[in-house]
Amino acid sequence: MIKVTFVASDGERREVEIEEGETAREAALFNDVPGIDGDCGGVCACATCHVFVDPEWIDKVGRIMDDGMEADLLQFAEGTTEYSRLACQIPMKPMLDGLVLHVPEEQY
Amino acid sequence: MDTQILDMDTAEKVAAIPIDEIDVARPSLFQNDTIGLFFDRLRKEDPVHYCRESYVGPYWSITKFDDIMAVDTNHKVFSSEAKLGGIAIQDMHSVEGGLELEMFIAMDPPKHDQQRKAVTPSVAPSNLQLLEPIIRERASEILDQLPVGEEFDWVDKVSVELTTMTLATLFDFPWEERRKLTRWSDITTAAPETGIVESYEARREELIECAMYFKGLWEQRVNEEPRNDLISMMAHSPATKDMPFLEFLGNLLLLIVGGNDTTRNSISGGVLALNQNPDEYRKLNDDPSLIASMVPEIIRWQTPLTHMRRTALEDYEIGGKQIKKGDKVVMWYLSGNRDGSVIDRADEFIIDRKNPRHHLSFGYGIHRCMGNRLAELQLRIIWEEIHKRFSKVEVTGEPERLFSNLVRGITKLPVRLHAR
Repeated sequence: MIKVTFVASDGERREVEIEEGETAREAALFNDVPGIDGDCGGVCACATCHVFVDPEWIDKVGRIMDDGMEADLLQFAEGTTEYSRLACQIPMKPMLDGLVLHVPEEQY
Repeated sequence: MDTQILDMDTAEKVAAIPIDEIDVARPSLFQNDTIGLFFDRLRKEDPVHYCRESYVGPYWSITKFDDIMAVDTNHKVFSSEAKLGGIAIQDMHSVEGGLELEMFIAMDPPKHDQQRKAVTPSVAPSNLQLLEPIIRERASEILDQLPVGEEFDWVDKVSVELTTMTLATLFDFPWEERRKLTRWSDITTAAPETGIVESYEARREELIECAMYFKGLWEQRVNEEPRNDLISMMAHSPATKDMPFLEFLGNLLLLIVGGNDTTRNSISGGVLALNQNPDEYRKLNDDPSLIASMVPEIIRWQTPLTHMRRTALEDYEIGGKQIKKGDKVVMWYLSGNRDGSVIDRADEFIIDRKNPRHHLSFGYGIHRCMGNRLAELQLRIIWEEIHKRFSKVEVTGEPERLFSNLVRGITKLPVRLHAR
């Protein structure tokens, strides 16, 4: 199991565990972490699992690719930064154990 | 009253049609609400279906959830470009006397992206927070004026009124003239055979009038400080401020239709669905916190836009069928939203469904409905306010439906209110 901490927009922290191979989206949804909607089912087709990767983790997670569906979708999301990713596009692996993700106030 | 039970004759007749001859583009099938029988057959027997001949020419029907998702998220192969036909089963720019409107929903990247970005802040969550109390106040006013115990038309008195008010708020449109927005929305998606307009020429005249009206508002706002309404945003954004006339008009109409027809019909559709499913209505009355999951369920159930269309830019195989470059491809959201292989008990209306937002009504990919959260907000508010006042909105007669293969519309819904 891999540990992920979700930090809500009000600062509240929730540490959850998820199996290797699932994504950060599943880590949130399987553990009822509020603030991650994931409407499309986790196939990179909406932008409702938007998270801000904690700056300390961004190199291990990787930044968003300029040319691809994830960037195409996130360009319309609110308040994106250089740390923005879609949680469904972050597969969990041992090197990400302890990952910290910040959840935006709302998804759409 | 139960409009879901169709007479056996109809079901038998649909079952007897040779699969090759099934043409789901016929607007009458939506008006008499038998379309579901046709989609059931296609999903079972021929989920990627080619119709050789129809009044809109040959087209592919994509009817299963996952196939629709695959097409919707592949904008590099499946184009929305107006010049290739656009986003509806009936080609844009194909109509004699019509206007060659341009709107970002019918564009591909990069132009689509620039224009969409210019207007999305108006419906972003932070702006919606500002809108919520205004919408609630207006919804309350509408509901407080309704006659209790008397029969009236829910569509006209509530659905149209509330969505028009919201739209007028988004545009900061002159309040007393807000029903103009309703009219412009209706005619944008209307063909002469619907009876809403007399001819395409007549429609053109009215749309030009609409453009002139908005041009006036635009000129006023471009000279003022930027504000949070859609006209001001478009007038000040570098991506939209120098738009050619038909693009200006097209994008305005897109925002009007997007914010009007769709939510209107979901407001009406929810009342109808609850009446057809009295157990669900009981659940709602017992536990109004279910409104949160009921709202996306209503949007799935109604599917206010039945489809979106794309044009293939290259050959593509899907569901074992070979789509050719240039083919018209129709994603039937209404069918995908009843696909039991993805949605559990898909043909039932269940207000406390798990994952209720996993539906196709907003589309997916870069053209996904940008007003989705505003639509949900309006529905949530109206149901919260209805719940405070009325124990039941009782449907007292048959609904009337729109003659359209695109907008799944309810044009009349007689109801009687029961006070709480």
